[in-house]
Amino acid sequence: MNKGGNPKGGTKKEAFMRRLTIDDLKKIKEQYEATFTLRHGSYRARVTIHMGTCGIAAGAREVMSALVEALAEAGVKDVVVTASGCAGLCSKEPMATVELAGQAPVKYCQLDAQKIKRIFSEHIQGGSIVQEYALVMGSETSY
Amino acid sequence: MEDLSLHILDIAENSINAGANRIVIRIEEDPGRDIYSLSVEDNGRGMDGEVLTMAEDPFFTSWEGRRNGKRFGLGIPLLKQTALECGGEFRLDSEPGRGTTLFASFRHSHVDRKPLGDLGATMLSMMCGHPEIRYVLFYDAIGSGATGGGFHYGFDSGALVEELGDTPVNLPEILLMVKDSINDAISQGRQQAKITAKSHNRF
Repeated sequence: MNKGGNPKGGTKKEAFMRRLTIDDLKKIKEQYEATFTLRHGSYRARVTIHMGTCGIAAGAREVMSALVEALAEAGVKDVVVTASGCAGLCSKEPMATVELAGQAPVKYCQLDAQKIKRIFSEHIQGGSIVQEYALVMGSETSY
Repeated sequence: MEDLSLHILDIAENSINAGANRIVIRIEEDPGRDIYSLSVEDNGRGMDGEVLTMAEDPFFTSWEGRRNGKRFGLGIPLLKQTALECGGEFRLDSEPGRGTTLFASFRHSHVDRKPLGDLGATMLSMMCGHPEIRYVLFYDAIGSGATGGGFHYGFDSGALVEELGDTPVNLPEILLMVKDSINDAISQGRQQAKITAKSHNRF
């Protein structure tokens, strides 16, 4: 926003979002609305990052940031990323569960930023499980 | 936990499990008085006196194991330990139905005080995992020395949601912008206000 413009509005919101400008948000919004009809609101994949105390201490935040970066870089909008709590396998953290629509979930363990990026390109984008990092396939009822 | 912002992420997870839909995080830095403090306030279901005292006990859990035995919440005891080791204080106030406020302080110059770390990534993780919750963040730094000064920073995910309308707040590019905005604002603010620790603590 330039110096001369908008004397009454804007100041409060600008204080809240420095680098995050209203213009940028508008662009994202327009882009999203333009592609919305193509997506029918359904998700192709769902990734759950385990974010209990154990996961966070082991590096789950970096894993989540890296995954969000990979999604943004690839311009992917039909993958949903969520967080869950401790799954009871604290020594295997950071863990993530990748679930492609219509397929059994795959749990990956002892992840880091590089590993999740590889999982993103090979499993989520490419459709083939990264067996080196996978712990188990299928769902469990304990969490 | 390697840094304080990881503790914040961990504590916020408790608030979410308590059914909160608003979490207010306050961080205050006052090198002149040698205090670094943080608080996390939620409007979740709260705890009564008995549960409240037990929440600080590492061998207590509010989670009943569905299969065999129990799992233990170590988040609160870990932060309490960190605070007390750094010559600070720890308080947990709660009222059933009203929410919970956690407060932890540290001696700013204490060698064991963890750095703040990547607060932007903490906000990214919270907004990505639970976008339905409103996160409010305040960062206040009080400058030391005769020139005084300091800086204040605020972020409200509610304002962002309002601005975005029907566009979800957890789109990757928005989350990354939020992360960078918060980290840039705080590091620039600290630099401009010349916030430095008194002693050997580099952070």
